[in-house]
Amino acid sequence: MEYFAQQLVYGLTLGSVYGLIAIGYTMVYGIIGMINFAHGDVFMVGAFLSLIVYLVLVAIGITFVPIALLLVLVIAMMLTALYGWTVERIAYRPLRGSFRLAPLISAIGMSIFLQNYVQVAQGPYLKPLPPVVTGGFKFGAAEGFTVNVSNVQLIIVLTTIVLMAVFSLIVGKTNFGRAQRACEQDRKMAALLGVDVDRTISLTFVLGATLASVAGLMYLLYYGVVDFYIGFVAGVKAFTAAVLGGIGSLPGAMLGGLLIGLIEIFWGAYVSGAWKDVAAFSILIIVLIFMPNGLLGRPEVEKV
Amino acid sequence: MAAPASDAPVQKAPAPAIVPAIKDAAIAALITLGLAAPIMGLVTVQSLGKVQLEPHWMRVVLAVAVVFVGRLVLNLTLWAPRAGKSAPLITPEVEAQLKAVTRYAAPVALAIAVLLPFVPGVERTTVDLATLVLIYVMLGWGLNIVVGLAGLLDLGYVAFYAVGAYSYALLSTQFGVSFWLCLPLAGILAALWGVMLGFPVLRLRGDYLAIVTLAFGEIIRIVLLNWQSVTGGPNGIPNIPKPTFFGIDFTPGPGGFADTFGLTPSGVHRVIFMYYLILALALFTNYVVLRLRRLPIGRAWEALREDEIACRSLGVNTVNTKLTAFALGAMFAGFAGSFFATRQSLVSPESFTFIESALILAIVVLGGMGSQFGVALAALLMIGGFELFREFEDYRMMVFGVVMVLIMVWRPRGIVSSRSPSVFLKERKAISGSLVQEGHG
Repeated sequence: MEYFAQQLVYGLTLGSVYGLIAIGYTMVYGIIGMINFAHGDVFMVGAFLSLIVYLVLVAIGITFVPIALLLVLVIAMMLTALYGWTVERIAYRPLRGSFRLAPLISAIGMSIFLQNYVQVAQGPYLKPLPPVVTGGFKFGAAEGFTVNVSNVQLIIVLTTIVLMAVFSLIVGKTNFGRAQRACEQDRKMAALLGVDVDRTISLTFVLGATLASVAGLMYLLYYGVVDFYIGFVAGVKAFTAAVLGGIGSLPGAMLGGLLIGLIEIFWGAYVSGAWKDVAAFSILIIVLIFMPNGLLGRPEVEKV
Repeated sequence: MAAPASDAPVQKAPAPAIVPAIKDAAIAALITLGLAAPIMGLVTVQSLGKVQLEPHWMRVVLAVAVVFVGRLVLNLTLWAPRAGKSAPLITPEVEAQLKAVTRYAAPVALAIAVLLPFVPGVERTTVDLATLVLIYVMLGWGLNIVVGLAGLLDLGYVAFYAVGAYSYALLSTQFGVSFWLCLPLAGILAALWGVMLGFPVLRLRGDYLAIVTLAFGEIIRIVLLNWQSVTGGPNGIPNIPKPTFFGIDFTPGPGGFADTFGLTPSGVHRVIFMYYLILALALFTNYVVLRLRRLPIGRAWEALREDEIACRSLGVNTVNTKLTAFALGAMFAGFAGSFFATRQSLVSPESFTFIESALILAIVVLGGMGSQFGVALAALLMIGGFELFREFEDYRMMVFGVVMVLIMVWRPRGIVSSRSPSVFLKERKAISGSLVQEGHG
């Protein structure tokens, strides 16, 4: 029981990170119907930017942890958003309305570019960061079993919950959210009714990149190490999460992220660490066989 | 009488507007500064167990300058606003001419390929490189069945390549089965896996299919990596035997190839033999694909690619059609895989990563999915270019990514994007690829 609860904590933490990345995939897919293959690498860039900004802050003497983290969060978000915007502008916008495989290949190219760009610029080695946030809580000592929840894990889960709430509000209530949902349903009609489609799509990428940078910061705080390759694996997992939850659905992405995180951790804890990725992918395939639209996805209506 | 002054600015031929061009370039440079300053300017280095920042501002200045000047030049020349919208660079007429050129280009390329090892001045390394290119040509043609003809997006093609390679590696090292027997076996096994993957994904469409194939490719790779007792784990399987020339080994001693045919023993013989072997395999793939396109099954694939609903309502069995596409595509990957295993004499999971799948898919799409010649051309350019710039280890992958993006932006339909219909009523008309809808399956 103790072991189980502890693994649950790990799973939720990892799942939160996946969920944050998955939202970027699901939104972009919802609005322009393409897999943004470079999104995992935008997440990686976000993690690197967080590390760099943090080191800069330390260098100029801002070491009070809450302030430093908040500043890192805001600055890294903005810089990563710039990356997201640029990727869309260079690699996807010229291909809008082209046939379906073209943006996908362009995205794969962009992903390869970002990975190697960071590798060339920052060097291929692992970049460790000593723990910034330390300490934690012990739960249930009185009942005879203890579950450790570190402050980092708490921060990750809470930040994710807050961001999800803010995000649902943005998509549900603001003008941008309405425009975005309109573009998702019918881009041409939305354009006719005065929605600036290009701007909406750009903003979608910016928002996705923002969340990815938060995920990057969380990853950095949690694992304390980044390298140029983390984007691929995390990206594939997060996309799996988005598909599992039903692509195009925001709650689905979060649910899928949590599920993938939990599956991975529990499989690693109870069965075998080496096979946890196989478990995650197998479950994806099994879910898709029985529910081709994912867990919370809308059924696709075929029209002639 | 005063001239109508208000009309003058409109009528005048538009001079290259310097000020907006500079403004635009400045904005681009500013964005580059924002992008490059943290990642390129501040390098994280480890010293004494601590991570520290090391400024490299020259790189940032260089990047910003390149973007500013480049953007300015482009703004004033290529992107300069003109009075009328210029016609697209490649019109259907040009496409038709290109098509005519490719008609001659293909036989010429074939002749060069056949004669290559005997052209004076061609060295062993060149033949070796050509062998590598041909492996990718063959993989490209195989994947073209799935992606180009049937319109199913497969991101895990390398899994079948791996199945073929490991089938041969295991059968030959464990049971001593010869290459010539293993080749069809590897193909059949890979096709079997193709069907196994095909079954669950039959109901999926578009990107769901893409992600499931990607997941499948990763599963295969992880299994190869972790199933130590059978696959040797990360070390792979070494000492895979080479094929023989109708039972004659390429060993220098008596009974070897050189001895039998009265030649001076040389390592080149095997290299040339391997080259012709993969050339034959690739041509076989090409022949089969071209024939299949004319058969009912090939026509069903292309119909499926264009419109699945129409296909179903006309009575095409979509299940069988998709499964055969997967199986045949996988089969050729299996052939290529067993050739790869015997050429390398070592297989390990790191040869079968996602990047390989992406590379093969890129070859198919960049080459132009309708054109067999385009695929071969793309394989030559990409793999050849890759090997040519081997010294620039890190940069070449970066450039590779950029090239993929640029070619897609420039010609979304690939380099050779015209296609001729597989069946026609009176005359064969080449049409531009941009008029064809595809890739929705």
